[in-house]
Amino acid sequence: MRFGRTPEQHAFSEALDDLLGAADVPAASRAWATGDHSAGLKLWQRLAELGVTGLLVSEEDGGLSASAVDLTVAFERLGYHGVPGPWIESVAVAPRLLPGTPDAELLARLASGEALVSVAPGTRALDADVAERTYALGATLRRAEPGAERTSVDPTRRLFEVTAGEEIATIDPAPALDFGTLACSAQLLGAGLRLLDDSVAYVKQRTQFGRPIGEFQAVKHLLADVRVALDFAAPLVHNAAVELDAEAPTAARAVSAAKVATGDAAYLASRTALQVHGAIGYTREFDLSLWILKVRALVGAWGTPAEHRARILESLVEAR
Amino acid sequence: MTLEFTEAEEAFRLEAREWLAAHNPGRLPSMDTAEGAAAHREWERTLASGRWSVVTWPEAYGGRDASLTEWVIFEEEYYLAGAPTRISQNGISLLAPIIFGHGTEAQKERYLRDMTDGTLVWAQAWSEPEAGSDLASLRATATQVEGGWRLNGQKTWSSRAPFADRGFGLFRSDPSAERHRGLTYFLFPLDADGVTVRPIDQLDGTPGFAEIFFDDVFVPDDDVLGGVGDGWKVAMSTAGNERGLSLRSPGRFCAAADRLLDLWQADPQPHLRDQVVDAWIGAEAYRLYTWGTVTHVEAGGSVGAEGSINKLWWSDLDLSLHETALSLLGADAELAGRWVDDYLFSLSGPIYAGTNQIQRNIVAERVLGLPRGGR
Repeated sequence: MRFGRTPEQHAFSEALDDLLGAADVPAASRAWATGDHSAGLKLWQRLAELGVTGLLVSEEDGGLSASAVDLTVAFERLGYHGVPGPWIESVAVAPRLLPGTPDAELLARLASGEALVSVAPGTRALDADVAERTYALGATLRRAEPGAERTSVDPTRRLFEVTAGEEIATIDPAPALDFGTLACSAQLLGAGLRLLDDSVAYVKQRTQFGRPIGEFQAVKHLLADVRVALDFAAPLVHNAAVELDAEAPTAARAVSAAKVATGDAAYLASRTALQVHGAIGYTREFDLSLWILKVRALVGAWGTPAEHRARILESLVEAR
Repeated sequence: MTLEFTEAEEAFRLEAREWLAAHNPGRLPSMDTAEGAAAHREWERTLASGRWSVVTWPEAYGGRDASLTEWVIFEEEYYLAGAPTRISQNGISLLAPIIFGHGTEAQKERYLRDMTDGTLVWAQAWSEPEAGSDLASLRATATQVEGGWRLNGQKTWSSRAPFADRGFGLFRSDPSAERHRGLTYFLFPLDADGVTVRPIDQLDGTPGFAEIFFDDVFVPDDDVLGGVGDGWKVAMSTAGNERGLSLRSPGRFCAAADRLLDLWQADPQPHLRDQVVDAWIGAEAYRLYTWGTVTHVEAGGSVGAEGSINKLWWSDLDLSLHETALSLLGADAELAGRWVDDYLFSLSGPIYAGTNQIQRNIVAERVLGLPRGGR
């Protein structure tokens, strides 16, 4: 029995940290929010060179045919570093949708990082302005036209209303949606870990009453609870990936559990981070805001907690 | 179940499942009553006869030399089968690892075997009236005399002591040493001259707690466990066990979450839906976290302060799961029965094995690296 990441997956995670830690991701995010994609796209290219964009694309199409577990390793780090862009759509969802459709020719360029696409699981598509093609995902797969822009609570998430157009395939959208939800869960977990790390660093150096505030028990207990919540959300993400890879009958339920738990844990991390930072945490100029706002947006993206809880209960009742 | 197990591990699971199906007596009266204690000792004897009482121990001591993975598999099956909680838990999971690690050969011979079949039930005697989580402030004393030691003072909140045979605890053997030093770990009989055990009814009404008074109780040198003055170091190696893997099997929470679903299905109240689902998610997370820990330990890692993370999770989960059950039961929630029994037990989780406030300090200081000092 073995339940955990392989040494190769740890090395992949570290390589992503090295790259993203050295890049100024917050500056790229702030530019992205104003519609200036240049720094974000440069980052996209460098991550493509590490293989991130080709993870789920087959080897025949120039990808890595990697596992869902590998996908979670990458998305956790994307969330940790707050990388902007339609990553879930292009990297986790499109490679599960396009094979066998007339748009399969896009896969090779998705893998190489040349093409970005967006997919609307509902009525809105993320970053459709930078996507080469936008899709609407329902009982069938349709190409879609982006329309009016909507403002997200997270300014780095540029959302566009879509109008569904030509049908290109009849598909079961569920597996692709599950991959999107899994990637979103991993991103939430990464964002939560970052919020905790930044909070821990801050309370060690911020002094009040002549002491670092991290000495105060009330502050310690808040942060300990965040650690606990994140540590128990992580194995749910890993398990959901393992179950998707194995095409287990309970995979959808496992994905929902991961989404609920990572949403709760990351949200707790963001509320706690704001509280221990005090007023500086409430400003846009301080980078913490990038993660606080992103977590709030991702909690409701790719299925709300209520929808996922309902799906879990339905599956549990059915199994009896 | 998508976690992959080897054929041998699956065979082990099947053997455990079949044996339990054939022998499990189901729910017994509370072990914190005379009648229940007797029934639980009998169950320990049955478990030992099938060599299921201490599966990870060496075969020479009645075990199966089972791996950690097999042990967790056994525990999963044990709780899925609804088998009784173990009266020998204190001895097997808190004391035995110390005897294996620090005990003399004579102590191993004298105590381990009798622990495996309910012949010798142990009570933990750590807390004192002025020392709960702050174990280093212990005051009960041990004074050296010819051939051994004289114990004096008082222990309290000692679970199982009214029905147990022997106790283990820390005594201050060098009053001039610093708080954490000068403590020695002793094993002692609960029926010795000078020992008075006074049962205290617990919140659930059972007389499972006890105060233990020591009035010049003689203990031979043979019953010092580990070195004289090393008690703190020795005890801390069990504190990790108590908070970490050994005490609370995920199977117990998975089984409880399953019963909660039964309750929900019998009367699905929409406003409680999220809490029911969260109880299931919490138990599932605990099961998976445990397999992660097992993987880590089997690869040579250890469980240190992370045991405190574990303790915070299961104790909060246990409580919220049972509170949800009582909410579902509505007005009937006040009626005595299994849910009320288990709810009352869950209330103790955030208190024993080091309060959850102490656990949060440990997580903050030793896992997150926050500065000590300042309360």
